[in-house]
Amino acid sequence: MAKVPDELTRARVTGAGTLRTEEMILNVGPQHPATHGVLRVIVTLDGERIVEGEPVIGYMHRGHEKLVEQRDFRQITNLLSRMDWLSGINNEIPASIAVEKLMELEVPPRAQYLRVILAEINRILNHLMFTGSFGLELGASTPVMYAFRERELLQEAMEMVTGGRMHFGFIRPGGLKEDVPRGFVETVLKGIRQLIKYIPDYENLLLGNEIFKQRTVDVGILDPDLALEYGVSGPILRGSGVPYDVRRADPYLIYDEFDFDIPVGAKGDAFDRFWVLIQEMRESARIIEQALEGLPAGSHLGQVPKRLTLPEGEIYSRAENPLGELGYYLISNGEAKPYRMKIRTPSFSNVSVVPHLLRGIYVPDMIAILGSMFFVVGDIDR
Amino acid sequence: MPDLLHLLETLLANPWVILGIKLSVLLILLPATLVVGYVELKVMAHIQHRLGPMYPGGFHGWAQTLADGIKFIQKEDIIPRAADRMVFAAVPFLTMMGAALAFVVIPVGPQWIIEDLEVGIFYALAVSSIGVIGVLMAGWASANKYSLVGALRMAGQLIAYELPLVLAAAAVVMQAGSMSMVDIVESQRPFWLFNWPQGLSFVIFMIAATAEVVRPPFDMPIAEAEIITGAFTEYSGMRFAFGLFAAEYIAFIALSALATTLFLGGYLPPIPALDWEPLRPLWFLLKTSSILFVLMWVRWTYPRLREDQLQRFAWKVLVPLSLANIFFVGALKLTPII
Repeated sequence: MAKVPDELTRARVTGAGTLRTEEMILNVGPQHPATHGVLRVIVTLDGERIVEGEPVIGYMHRGHEKLVEQRDFRQITNLLSRMDWLSGINNEIPASIAVEKLMELEVPPRAQYLRVILAEINRILNHLMFTGSFGLELGASTPVMYAFRERELLQEAMEMVTGGRMHFGFIRPGGLKEDVPRGFVETVLKGIRQLIKYIPDYENLLLGNEIFKQRTVDVGILDPDLALEYGVSGPILRGSGVPYDVRRADPYLIYDEFDFDIPVGAKGDAFDRFWVLIQEMRESARIIEQALEGLPAGSHLGQVPKRLTLPEGEIYSRAENPLGELGYYLISNGEAKPYRMKIRTPSFSNVSVVPHLLRGIYVPDMIAILGSMFFVVGDIDR
Repeated sequence: MPDLLHLLETLLANPWVILGIKLSVLLILLPATLVVGYVELKVMAHIQHRLGPMYPGGFHGWAQTLADGIKFIQKEDIIPRAADRMVFAAVPFLTMMGAALAFVVIPVGPQWIIEDLEVGIFYALAVSSIGVIGVLMAGWASANKYSLVGALRMAGQLIAYELPLVLAAAAVVMQAGSMSMVDIVESQRPFWLFNWPQGLSFVIFMIAATAEVVRPPFDMPIAEAEIITGAFTEYSGMRFAFGLFAAEYIAFIALSALATTLFLGGYLPPIPALDWEPLRPLWFLLKTSSILFVLMWVRWTYPRLREDQLQRFAWKVLVPLSLANIFFVGALKLTPII
């Protein structure tokens, strides 16, 4: 049969190939289960294919940067704890480090060790949450329940120490608010052992599942160069194969004393990001075990003046938050309050790259991508 | 003694008694929805280490389903202003009716069947698809974009699974040489545990049936995390409970009962020696429950596929396989095996 020229078919079949079908604009969020909070993504749909996706942020803006200017240096840790509500301790640490560096305060070794332990427990708590929620977004409702079972023991340890389950407010310039109570080491070890025992369960349930692979492999591939351009960090950047971790790149606290690996992904797809997340829990558990072993006796708080007045100056302090690099740029004009504090949160940079990943994919893939970008809306909007 | 037997015979010949027996099928199968809903909560709680469903009422959380029901009744019944009220309200009836109609031809025992239609299996498969129309109506009537996407996914899914489902059932019909459900069961004698020549049809049927009742891994049309329960986004209270949950469970039971009849020998006992008339409904219920349990297990284990992946799987794997299976069963038919 002779091939019919394109112009002819177009002419006869109304608009085959030329007819532009109506696109639908769908607001995913601010209230949507996959946005864990109030992120809004405006997607333009052609059928179920996404033509364009545009995240809209700011629904949870609480003005942290301004609020910080009204508080003294002990109070700001309590406030910063609420930015990324899944990792309070990790938000508090770099702020205290900034104050300590500017005032040249000495932090006793016991406090350093305990800070590392608490930060890593908090990292595991955060990672467990995202392990569960990612499964839930892909329709597997079981991993989230398992994750909460493991979280409970470590949450208990955190509760023992700080009295809180989310907003700890436990780090103070110069050390910690209090020493840890009796039984803390045993509780943490128990939690860590249970976690290590059950991590293979998560790997089998999700990573080893054929349907999970179908949904995540080659979905939302994030090019390492693009990721670096947007300032993406944390498990997402490492999922793309860049072994960048502030704990290694610019060691703070006493991270240079511990032996741990930085897991990196190969392709940078949703599967790799999730794989990195799970492996990082193992590494955190390793750090905690080493730190508990070497935990020195002594004071939990160094010599700190009653009234914290910083000398004039500025400092950038950064740390590896569970979700990426968290930075505080602190300017002091010699008063008891910060003059200005610029906050660089990981989720903000990580989510800014999302529009690049949303082009030409299906709606369910968008959910897989949003789920594997591991963000906390409070951390985006501050 | 002979008097008593005679009395029993006349009783059984009475049309009202016959009607009573037939209606008792409904008395078993319709409340089964509640029982299955209850059991699913418990299975889920055990699989997932969930504490909630094991708590209400004390022992083993027996009051959970009751509490759920009361909650649904209390909820405000909201119909969006932009919705088409008539169509919106009609949906729960339609989604429930389709699946419930299939109970008409399901033989709990050789006599214990509402109506042994000659086109039994054809009828059952036809009516079980009516629910999809309900979902489509819900999608259009809700005036919600998520509902629309969900409804269209449902329509797409119908096209994908319906063909393998029917082809798998067709292989059984070929074996039995009849579409009557009782004949299909009887043709499986002598029965040992499973209708062996239909192994492949069973697998295909179960996969397609899971897609038909929209349970994971094929629950894309309701996908809470993506399109927020799809066509039922705007439904609340009892309309939601009936339109989605009750309909799902009725369809779930109906298809498991169908699978039992087609592949597991219906009311026949697992080994011929146990064939004792009064025990037959028990065998049927036991087999249906085991299928239900396995499907629950699957539901609480697997993530969800993507709609296009289901389409690819259905058209490129299931349909060719079921055609090959029909050829295979046809070839077997030439041998003395079946």
